[in-house]
Order: sequence, then structure tokens, then C-alpha cells
Amino acid sequence: MAGAITVHTSEEASRRPQHITESGPVRWILIGIAFIFLGFVVLLPLVSVFVEAFKKGAGVYFDSITEPDALSALKLTLLVAVIAVPINTIFGIVAAWVISKFRFRGKNLVITLVDLPFAVSPVISGLIYVLLFGAQGLLGPWLDERGIQIIFAVPGIVLATVFVTVPFVARELIPLMQAQGVQEEEAAASLGAKGWQIFWRVTIPNIKWGLLYGAILCNARAMGEFGAVSVVSGHIRGETNTLPLHIEILYNEYQFSASFAVASLLVMLAVVTLIVKSMVEWKSSRQRPIEDNS
Amino acid sequence: MKGSKPRNRNVLPGFGLSLGFTLFYLSTVVLIPLATVFYRTAELSWTEFWDTVTGARVLASYRVTFMTAFCAGLVNAVFGLVVAWVLVRYRFPGKKLIDSLVDLPFALPTAVAGIALTAIYAPNGWIGSLLEPLGVKVAYSPIGITIALIFIGLPFVVRTVQPVLQDMEKETEEAAVMLGAYRLRTFRKVILPELLPALLTGFALAFARGIGEYGSVVFISGNMPLKTEITPLLIITKLEQYDYAGATAIALVMLVVSFLMLLVINLLQWRMNRRTVSE
Repeated sequence: MAGAITVHTSEEASRRPQHITESGPVRWILIGIAFIFLGFVVLLPLVSVFVEAFKKGAGVYFDSITEPDALSALKLTLLVAVIAVPINTIFGIVAAWVISKFRFRGKNLVITLVDLPFAVSPVISGLIYVLLFGAQGLLGPWLDERGIQIIFAVPGIVLATVFVTVPFVARELIPLMQAQGVQEEEAAASLGAKGWQIFWRVTIPNIKWGLLYGAILCNARAMGEFGAVSVVSGHIRGETNTLPLHIEILYNEYQFSASFAVASLLVMLAVVTLIVKSMVEWKSSRQRPIEDNS
Repeated sequence: MKGSKPRNRNVLPGFGLSLGFTLFYLSTVVLIPLATVFYRTAELSWTEFWDTVTGARVLASYRVTFMTAFCAGLVNAVFGLVVAWVLVRYRFPGKKLIDSLVDLPFALPTAVAGIALTAIYAPNGWIGSLLEPLGVKVAYSPIGITIALIFIGLPFVVRTVQPVLQDMEKETEEAAVMLGAYRLRTFRKVILPELLPALLTGFALAFARGIGEYGSVVFISGNMPLKTEITPLLIITKLEQYDYAGATAIALVMLVVSFLMLLVINLLQWRMNRRTVSE
């Protein structure tokens, strides 16, 4: 239900005849309000991260992002993303395929299930894994006997991250593939193409940009997840701290500059995500006229 | 889909395999873990459960959580509408920047948003220091929580309203003008009713996200029990005290509220779709 709404602002709509638009001053006041609101709520926090990060100079900045604890947090964050993003990308493609290309009973229920992790508080997303695998959890004693630790260890962090990122790719692909319909795939099938051939030659080229955007959003969330991971991590320095958790620890120890320095890495991740998004929008808006004919 | 037999006229392969995988994945990753909340809560007696979820501190946390999420949703509904309006209807320098900024809360990790907003609105921060002499305390108060939730919820309203605004027929507005309606009246009588379902959906999405939000809020809220403690934080506090039963019971209440919100949102979206189809 969220994060997946891609909008293309067409040039046509913004050019309107005079009698059905607002007078000049009203227009500029509205534009001004939009700028001020986004400035205070979004832009200012973004700028403040870099200002705070460099407050004590570039030396402190680079020391903070290269000290061993920060590096191990970075490594863990990358590891978690490398596991969670491919799994949920594959799931997203399969789920979108079955939802958009076939008719079956209970389809709406499946779509709701895909959306479910968006509706659940991150804290609860972590809690459920503590209830399952924690020392007092359902499977806790069984795991304990075998010496397997999931909670307060890396597997728990991966599981919680996988849970919160389930919907991203599927949510991006479902509307896209529903709009494209099944004609092209059916045409390929009637010309004798096999299942995988259809998938790689017809479906994937049609959805590649949406797929890329879904995966990159999924990645941003996987690397930035805080609530769910915080519940299952146990906050062991150098072992079970991801970047967001490392930021929290530094902040709570009043090492503000270091905390913001590490945070600036994640801001750059967000900026890259947004750049990819505009790229994808640009690409798919160029692709569009061709699709309309089909 | 409805009423039709699940007869597979489709020539495309892979139905059984992909449906099987989807259902298996959703069950193991989403459904079974979520079901443990219900399972574990069932271990409590009804009175134990009731006493836990209606304790004074818990009730106060509901109040803080729901009030701030509601206010943030309202602010977003108003300003989100302005932003969507400006993006769809006008052309101006910096439009692309505005458009990208709207998506930032989706892409920025919540913990980063949390510390950044706290730095700005704390008594010694850029804006906090300006408001301090006026006696307005933003950080470490419910206002701070609301600001964090405004940040988090903004894209939901803008991105839900935008497509509807985009597809709106010029002709209806033109007709209103022909009939002599002024701009403001056209907006109130023609445009707003048309936008209302989308606006409500956006509000509901922002509200639903807001009541569960944790990362951006913990830093700015100050976390004072009974005053600025949100429910997700209370769940974590209970967990840290090894009060698993208490944490689970409160989580169950939150889950039920979230499911209800999901239901409301789906109904709203269904109505929205039906509206566009019928036109």
C-alpha cells in the first residue's frame, strides 16, 4: 500500500486555460506554501545531517566512518541487504506474475497478505521473531539444545529485515504488470515460445524499470530498517549492530558528530535511491507511447 | 474475477508453481510469525490481558500515539493536497526538486530522520532556539512526535492525491465556470468532492504508518512515561524487562488496530477505483 506509487507528471496537465486555473498571486502563494512546507519538514533535516556531521571538522568525520565498529556495522548492513533484497525480488516477481497473469479465487486476499508487513509496526515485526525464536519463544528450547542462536544474532536481523521488505518489489510490479495485460505473453506462447523463454524475452524487458525501482526501494528499506532490527539485534558492538543501530548508540553516547557522520552515509543511500527513481521515471515515460499501442 | 470459475483458460505456464511458491513464502515469512502474537496472547487469561492493555501507562501511550498520528495526518492532508496540486497543475522552477523531496521520507532511514529532526527542533537547534523564547517546546513534547510523523506520512498523501488530480476531467471544472461559479466555489463544490476519497485514503495511510512508527519518533519524543511515550516504545520497554506477556498483549491491540486500518484503506481504495471505472 505504500512506497509503490509512481506518478508521472505530464506536461499537458500543467498547461491549463486561464478560466479554470487560479489567478497569478494565488498560484505563487500556493507554490510558496509547498516550498516552505517541504523546506521545513524535509529539506532542512537533510541539510542538518551534513552540517552536524562536519561540525568538528573533516578529520572527525572520516575517523567516525572508518573506525572498526562503524565498518563492521556497514558490513553487517550490506550483508543483510545482500540476502534480503534478492529473496524479496524473486518473491516479488513470482507473486506479481501469478497475481497479474492469472485469474483465481482469493486473489484479493493474496494481495492483502503481500501488503500486510506495511501495516504492521516495525517493533511488532521484530517482536514476532523474538516470540518464535527467542529464549522464551516457541522454538527457543529446541534451538537452544542444538546450539543455534537466531535472536540477538545475525539470522534474526536478516529474518526481521526480510519481513519488513516483503511488499516492496511485488507492490511495484503488480500494477505495472496488470496494466500490461497478457497479450504479449500469449502471443509469444502461440508462436511456440516456452515458459522461461516467454519470461526472459517478453516479461522481463517489459518490467525491467519497475523491477529496478522496486529493488532499489527494497534495498533502501533493508539497509535503513531500525525498529524491527532494534528488537532482535541485542546491540552487541562490532557484532550485531547495523548502521542505523550504530547511529543510535553514538547518539545516545552524545557523540553527535560521529553519529551524524554515519547518518550521512545513509542519507547518500537515500539520495542515490531518489536519483534512480527519477531515472526510472524518465526511462519508462519514454517507453510508454509504444506500450499504449499494444 | 468474481463469479467466474477458476477455470484456467490461460495458455501461460507456471500457474501452479508460482501460486504455490507465493503462498508458501507468505505463510512462512508473514503469516506464521504474525500468528504467534495471537497464540502467545491466548496464554493469558482474559482479566490478565485486559489489565495489561488498559493499564494507566498503556492507556496514556495509546492517547499520545493516536493523537499525534491523527494531527500529523490532518496536517499532511492539508499541505499534501497543496503540494500535489502545485505539482500537477503549475509549472515553476524547482518543480523537479519538490517532486523528489516528496519521496525522501520513503528512502531515508527513520533513525536518520529522527536524529536530524531532533537536532533542528531541540532547544539549541536551528528552529528550536527560535521557538524557545516564545515558550514553544517542540522536541521532547507531543509536538515533536507530530513533526516526526508529518515527515513520515507526507508522501502517502501526495502520492495518493496526485494521480487522481491528474486524471480529473477539465470538462467538469469548465462546466462549473460556464455556470458562473467562482474559482473557490468550483474548488469546494466540484474538485474537493472528487478528491475526497483519495484524500481520505492518503490520510488513512499516513495515520496507519504513524501509529506504528518507531525510529523517527524515539529520538525527538523524550520518552517520558504518561506524557511522550508512544505505544511501540512501550512494547520495547516491556520486552527489555522480560515482560513478554505484557509486550505481546499490547502488540496484539496494535495489530488489531493496524488490520482494521488496512481494511478501511482497502475499502476506500476499492471505492476510489469503482468511481474512476464508472466515469
